[in-house]
Amino acid sequence: MNTLAASKSTVPILLLILLLLISLLIPWLTSNTYFLHILILIFIWTIAVSGMNIIAGFTGQLSLAQAGFFGIGAYTYGLLMSKANLAYLPSLFIAILLTGIIGAAAGVVSLRTKGHYFSIFSLCVGVIILLVIEKWESLTEGVRGLLGIPIPKIGSFEFASVESQYYLILFFLVFAMFLNHRIVNSLVGRTFVSIRNSEELAEALGINVMRNKLLAFVHSTVLAGLAGALYAGYIRFLGPEVASVEHTFEMLLYLLVGGIGTLWGPLVGTALVTVLMQLLQSWQEYRMVIFGPLLVLLVMYLPYGIIGAFIRQRMKRQAGKAIQETDENMQKGTKNRKMSGGGLDA
Amino acid sequence: MDLFFQQAINGLVVGSIYSLVALGITLIYGIMHLPNFAHGHLYMLGAYFTFFMMTLYGFSYWPAILVSVAALVLIGMLLERIVFRPLQNAPHINSMIAAVGVMLFIEATARVLWGSDYRRLDSPYGGVINLFGITITQQRLIVIIAAIVLMVGLNLFLKRTVVGSTIEAMAQSREGAFLVGINANRVSLLTFAIASGLAAAAASLAAPINLVYPSMGAMVNLKAFVIIVLGGMGSIPGAVLGGYILGMAESMSGTYVNSEYKDLVAFILLVLIMTVKPTGLFAKEVR
Repeated sequence: MNTLAASKSTVPILLLILLLLISLLIPWLTSNTYFLHILILIFIWTIAVSGMNIIAGFTGQLSLAQAGFFGIGAYTYGLLMSKANLAYLPSLFIAILLTGIIGAAAGVVSLRTKGHYFSIFSLCVGVIILLVIEKWESLTEGVRGLLGIPIPKIGSFEFASVESQYYLILFFLVFAMFLNHRIVNSLVGRTFVSIRNSEELAEALGINVMRNKLLAFVHSTVLAGLAGALYAGYIRFLGPEVASVEHTFEMLLYLLVGGIGTLWGPLVGTALVTVLMQLLQSWQEYRMVIFGPLLVLLVMYLPYGIIGAFIRQRMKRQAGKAIQETDENMQKGTKNRKMSGGGLDA
Repeated sequence: MDLFFQQAINGLVVGSIYSLVALGITLIYGIMHLPNFAHGHLYMLGAYFTFFMMTLYGFSYWPAILVSVAALVLIGMLLERIVFRPLQNAPHINSMIAAVGVMLFIEATARVLWGSDYRRLDSPYGGVINLFGITITQQRLIVIIAAIVLMVGLNLFLKRTVVGSTIEAMAQSREGAFLVGINANRVSLLTFAIASGLAAAAASLAAPINLVYPSMGAMVNLKAFVIIVLGGMGSIPGAVLGGYILGMAESMSGTYVNSEYKDLVAFILLVLIMTVKPTGLFAKEVR
């Protein structure tokens, strides 16, 4: 895993502005709602995957409960909107808050375990959430699913059109990515990375490992909850399968393709795999026959993902340049010393 | 009281299956430090092989199981050779994710080849036995006895044979095993073969009781992981005991609490025990 990914932003600021402008203009350039629909799904999953990235990629604790927390966010939002008739913003806020609180409770128990134990434990936490959603029929309607979630509405503005949903979800994506950027580049983010590199060492440095792991975990669940609530507000129908373990593994695939432990990995990976899956739509049943081996090949030959490989390549180039420069400087130095008689060495 | 004993027998049957699957996972974990998420799907393949051997090729029950075990031994060895051995020195997270990839592949392939429908395998042992006032089908009795035979056999193999003790040695200490000249590759190949064979045997024994379908391995897999986390990963007695504990707990709660929530029992048990003892019940060391 690369250690320097956090220290420098990989995308220059100009490119960033260009990217943002394009994404803002897309609904004006195309009236193809299918295209917008795919983009919206990419945005939603990117938010959830970026949460997974904070706990797995930056803190080194591979949590496999992400889809469960996605489900909690989605169902809390859906139930508040459809059954409690709450307004949009309070529903969204409570959904995120509740996911965070449950995330904190789950984190307190599960983060005491380490390594493989934690991954398996969190996988089981995800399954518990799925089973509770599925079996608690009086609240969640069980396998029948939750129908008729109202259209999101702020004031008198209804997010009824695909375009308006696009802007709404883009706003949250940009917000989430900005937040992640700030966290990763802050002292807290460096603390996360130090825990990833060695828990013992971090502890020896006086870092409260448990508190920081918990912080990273809660942050990741909050993003999952946000993504889930946005999903429920966009699709407006929920079945228990949103919380299924398969979604967790799909998110893991997105994260790995893009590059685990990099800021842009979640977006690139999610976009690429989602588009690929859409292209293979007519091969629906063969999807996992293809993606399973792909996942294996990926960890064998491209373990750092696309963005990760790119960063390593660049670091290697820069390191090479730096070595060359030092070489030249040293040669110059020896030459100068020779000319001046070399009396300084003694 | 009769109901209690009846459920205890059922718990024993379910626990036998869980123990056999968990044993395989724990063996692989002990040797390669790999949580093999694909193990439940090998279990599913085992059930299908037995099913097709009996329905398509007219094998009788025991020969069909033998063919299925042999096929899974081969598949397990193949997986070790082409997927997990190359990843042995990579970070742990990589081999874990590779296991997820294998898992997705196996299930999807089964769906493409055989469809998603549920199939029923009729047991040749359909009769009912009456034991001290408790009735039990012959098939269930076979499950319990066969599981015990397999476990005792495995134990004898590990403790009494030279080849078996290389596995034990490597599980205890990798470095120590290398020092005395044990070939690590051969041991991990052997471990995969045994573990996959056990999964196939467990599935073939359980198939006449349950149904056969592509996602049948997923829940068994998760529960087996609960078991080995409870039992302390890599601990063989932990896996066996954990399997029976879980089988009993599920069977009893299904009768006395609510059968709707039967699947939840495993995971709630895990949370409760991990809250008290984060390293599992039988862990050798604190990790």
